[in-house]
Amino acid sequence: MYKTLTMTVNGSEVSIPVDERESLADSLRNRLGLTSVKKGCEVGECGACTVLVDGEAIDSCIYLSLWAEGRRVMTVEGLKSPTGELSPIQQAFIDEAATQCGFCTPGIIMSAVEIVGTGKRYTREELRRLISGHLCRCTGYESILNAMVRIVEETCDRNAKE
Amino acid sequence: MYDIETYYQAVSIEDAVRALNEDERAIVISGGSDVLIQCREGRLAGCSLVSIHGIEELMGISETPDGEVIIRAATVFSHITKSPIIQRTMPMLGYAVDQVGGPQIRNIGTIGGNVCNGVTSADSASSLWALNATLELVSREGTRRVLIREFYTGAGKTVRKHDEILTAIHIAKKDYIDFGGCYIKYGKRDAMEIATLGCAAMVKLTPDKTAVEELRLAYGVAAPTPMRCVNTEAMAQGAPIHAELFERIAASAAGEVKPRTSWRASKEFRLQLVSELGKRAVKQAIINAGGKTDV
Repeated sequence: MYKTLTMTVNGSEVSIPVDERESLADSLRNRLGLTSVKKGCEVGECGACTVLVDGEAIDSCIYLSLWAEGRRVMTVEGLKSPTGELSPIQQAFIDEAATQCGFCTPGIIMSAVEIVGTGKRYTREELRRLISGHLCRCTGYESILNAMVRIVEETCDRNAKE
Repeated sequence: MYDIETYYQAVSIEDAVRALNEDERAIVISGGSDVLIQCREGRLAGCSLVSIHGIEELMGISETPDGEVIIRAATVFSHITKSPIIQRTMPMLGYAVDQVGGPQIRNIGTIGGNVCNGVTSADSASSLWALNATLELVSREGTRRVLIREFYTGAGKTVRKHDEILTAIHIAKKDYIDFGGCYIKYGKRDAMEIATLGCAAMVKLTPDKTAVEELRLAYGVAAPTPMRCVNTEAMAQGAPIHAELFERIAASAAGEVKPRTSWRASKEFRLQLVSELGKRAVKQAIINAGGKTDV
């Protein structure tokens, strides 16, 4: 059965019809055109579909769309600045060559948004654990961890100055 | 699209109980990290779901004036780990649920779901057994409380009736105060893994910290349901902390468990894990209780 889902996506309130059997990944991709949300395993193991719901990273492939009613959803599309520039997190991934085929990247970036947002200075080992819900078949993770360490350090240094 | 026949979003515990009563086929969905995957795999294809996702009265952790800790059933794992109440009263449980799946799973998976699945490998189970948790179940007939050791009836089976909702997990002050605890999960990899074996040990020491006043030793995947090694616990009561005690605990625990061979590990390997993890967990629990193990 179709229901109306009202949620805030990347800062804008939207109301869309969704099937109650639909996953949030499908709604974001097919009804809102937010194709940064990738469908990989569809059983919550690869992390490619990761989005933030009320600031927390979840696998949108195993999240029913209706559960997002009244909540704030964020995807990579929402990171773009008003002038179209990349966010510092995205820039760190470019600077560290942390992307190859790019399929896992949007999901990892969204986890990074949650991780960086805590304001904590995590060690490389802690970051390794915090991105353990993502699979990357290209990079071997080292360049991704380099980007994660870089953005965590940059953010903490900036916060310390302010 | 998931293969779901009917879906009902409950707005309260009462509403969920009513919906379950009206549909004898319906099953409860909370975080979804098990149910939706089983829909995808076909095991639950065509299911009828009653969703308790997002019901406020089922979420959160609180402490009563007499020190009882109440974890509402739909509290997600990451919130349990981050809870100051849990960190202060039972850090072992916060650590144990931090071993489930990966970070995104821990942001949706709930402790109530972990318990109601009735599986022996659930990361929260052995800790909750060691903590003597009590489960609060609500149905049309009212509320009843069940001790966790009386909740499981077999692999994937529990005493929860079709129209009952697990609403909260209660842990009394006497079951955590003055105990040091340690949970060890053995898996082939460090993340996104189901336990090959899980071991939770809790130790209360004598006032001079040289002997065991009370030991609680619980295992997951050492039998069809989570379990406690009650004979080992009795044997350790009052025993001075000594290298030989750890060997006795290891040998005794191996004699109490009933592990099976599965594709994850053989019975023989699990028996070895029972002894080794038991020893390590008890040692760490003693250290966490303020004792020394190098005597």
